[in-house]
Amino acid sequence: MEGNQAAVSPVKRFERICAILDSYSRHPSRLIPILQAVQEEYHYLPEEVLTFVATSLGVPPARVFGVATFYAHFALEPKGKYVIRLCDGTACHVKLSIPILNALRAKLGLDEKHKTTPDLMFTLETVACVGACGLAPVMVINDDVYGLMTPERAVRLVEEIQARESIA
Amino acid sequence: MNSRRVILCAGTGCVANGAWKVFAEFQTRLAESGTSATLTADHTACDGHVHVSKSGCQGFCQMGPLVTVEPDGILYTKVQPADVAEIVQRTILNGEVVERLLYVDPATRRRCRGTAAIPFYQRQTRFVLKSCGVIDPEDINEYLENGGYAAASKAYREMTGEDVCKVILDSGLRGRGGGGFPTGRKWDLARQLPAQKKYVICNGDEGDPGAFMDRSVMEGNPHSVVEGLMIAARAIGADKGYIYVRAEYPLAVQRMRKAVEDAERMGILGENVFASGHRMQCEVMEGAGAFVCGEETAMIASIEGFRGMPSPKPPFPAQKGLKRRPTVINNVETLAQVPRILNEGPEVYRQLGTAQSPGTKTFALTGHVANTGLIEVPFGTTLREIVMNIGGGVTDSKGKISKTALKAVQIGGPSGGCLTSEHLDLPLDFDSLRTVGAMVGSGGLVVLNQNTCMVGVARFFMDFTQKESCGKCVLCREGTRQLLALLDEIIEGRGTAGTLDLLEKLGAAVQKGSLCGLGKTAPNPVLSTLKYFRKEYEEHVFDKVCRTGHCKALIKSSINAAKCKGCGLCVKACPSGAISGEKKKPHKIDQQLCIKCGACAKACNLGAVEGIHA
Repeated sequence: MEGNQAAVSPVKRFERICAILDSYSRHPSRLIPILQAVQEEYHYLPEEVLTFVATSLGVPPARVFGVATFYAHFALEPKGKYVIRLCDGTACHVKLSIPILNALRAKLGLDEKHKTTPDLMFTLETVACVGACGLAPVMVINDDVYGLMTPERAVRLVEEIQARESIA
Repeated sequence: MNSRRVILCAGTGCVANGAWKVFAEFQTRLAESGTSATLTADHTACDGHVHVSKSGCQGFCQMGPLVTVEPDGILYTKVQPADVAEIVQRTILNGEVVERLLYVDPATRRRCRGTAAIPFYQRQTRFVLKSCGVIDPEDINEYLENGGYAAASKAYREMTGEDVCKVILDSGLRGRGGGGFPTGRKWDLARQLPAQKKYVICNGDEGDPGAFMDRSVMEGNPHSVVEGLMIAARAIGADKGYIYVRAEYPLAVQRMRKAVEDAERMGILGENVFASGHRMQCEVMEGAGAFVCGEETAMIASIEGFRGMPSPKPPFPAQKGLKRRPTVINNVETLAQVPRILNEGPEVYRQLGTAQSPGTKTFALTGHVANTGLIEVPFGTTLREIVMNIGGGVTDSKGKISKTALKAVQIGGPSGGCLTSEHLDLPLDFDSLRTVGAMVGSGGLVVLNQNTCMVGVARFFMDFTQKESCGKCVLCREGTRQLLALLDEIIEGRGTAGTLDLLEKLGAAVQKGSLCGLGKTAPNPVLSTLKYFRKEYEEHVFDKVCRTGHCKALIKSSINAAKCKGCGLCVKACPSGAISGEKKKPHKIDQQLCIKCGACAKACNLGAVEGIHA
């Protein structure tokens, strides 16, 4: 992760965005892939970047903000180093995903409003379905899928990461 | 001479269970054994070698990682890296079977050697999924060797657009995305319009929670989707196609991208398709997490770079779609059927399924069922066959198969409804389901056991649609919010007789007053549970009881005095000091202080705490 965003100077930051914009020929119809590429780079969409994208594409900032807030995948706030996505699709839900969510929230001191820990280590979200229903309940940490979860296993996984991070 | 083929399932389920570690272990062990193993999917080098390859989802996700050994026809389940040495030594080098890794049929306790003997597979008809789980999805050569792109070649070189439309019309193929509209008719409509530019779109935005059929097809046989899209383009005279894949499916995105790149590299897609003089380009676009984009007009808006909000129909996309040009949008599964229909002819296809709903349908069978996974059956198959025979029966709250555990089967996700045991013998097809207030939808089948609160299920779906409503239509935006609030009233013990009436009235209004499928179908889960489980709603409203104990506010926890030995474990576990009693005498719970967390039930070794889940 590009954790050290403060170290990237604003000029440098816009340089990278310009490269992304150019690769999509600065065409407004490519707004979604552009924002996806920007988010890939920064892990979220900083406000000034959205305005910059709007100006570069020659569209009102409202349209860019509209798109960025409409789609669930775009984040306007920084996310943690480890993004935990707990599946709450039908199969996971009936196999009791909510107790797992509660256990993780308690463990990380998060709630419905606060989804990221203050140290930017963990972000906890629920997703509607990751399509691995055969293994319900399912949890995804960054890109790794963990199936047949229980509250205890989920908390243990978090503890393992915390232990690893405190050494590093 | 050893010419065995080892196929590892590399679908999402098996990968989550550690399939890559097993794959790596095969590489190491085979190298050690001195076998000249080919680990690429190069068929020509297969003779005299052991050939290890990966496949897409084989459907039996719960039993993963799955390893198939051919030509022996052996299927090993739940294979761990530690098992690999034994498989190499005994099966690959000596042709023996490692009994302990075979699947055990829970009904008969018999060990099954391969898919042919396992009821889960035996009872399916794999048409779309035929090659999933056999061919390497990342290798275009394997697809070509299995007759891939022959249908597209035929369509581009030997047939006119009209011919293609006619074959699809004759086959009776209906859209698998949920609506069941005849695909041939949609194509023919777009074909007849005299436009300079037309588009085709593959809808891979499979957003229904509890459905993963399209994901499996895109991950397991991506070229069949590309080929289907090419044929659709040929049929209507389009030269540009988009494949819109849900962002939650990173592996599907990656495999679809690779499939398109490989097809371009081999000149299958490009300026001169099969030297026919026709052009065809394809682009994979990743969604950004909006369920409503599965709706055709919303998807078009999303591809054009706008918020994914639906627009009124007509004009239909087939008339005025992407960039105001005629556009055909088909679901992944629909397109994946097309190549085989063209190859084998519409008559062969019509032999499967029912007269009005020909062919097969894939279902994601999940929830409280012994065998969860991806299945494919002809239309007209009964629910009993699917749940009891293929699924192996319903499991109770302890995970044991039980004859009385079935409460409902939720079909069609947030747009669908619930079926009950009285529908077990209903032949499933587009039309029969509509008559009982459900729909095929995309094909998620979630089995629910007696321990599931149906009001909770309705709330679950309403919470989903309320969050996913795009906000354009007032009745959908505000109505789903109100429906959710009404359900919360019931769950929290504040419901009255008026709440139930209002639910029904408002549900009907939301259906009428919404533009797109999301709002039109959003009340279905509520209305169908109200229809079939009204008693359970009434218990919540009038008796303030949730028989499953899942609705927290209605929980009345108590300690069974006959079972309680007064050990005090529950007293220690209770965070709110609600439990009291003398040592070695039955304890009591103070309802005023109880926060219904279930810690007491968890702590009790004697099962004396009742009415609450641990």
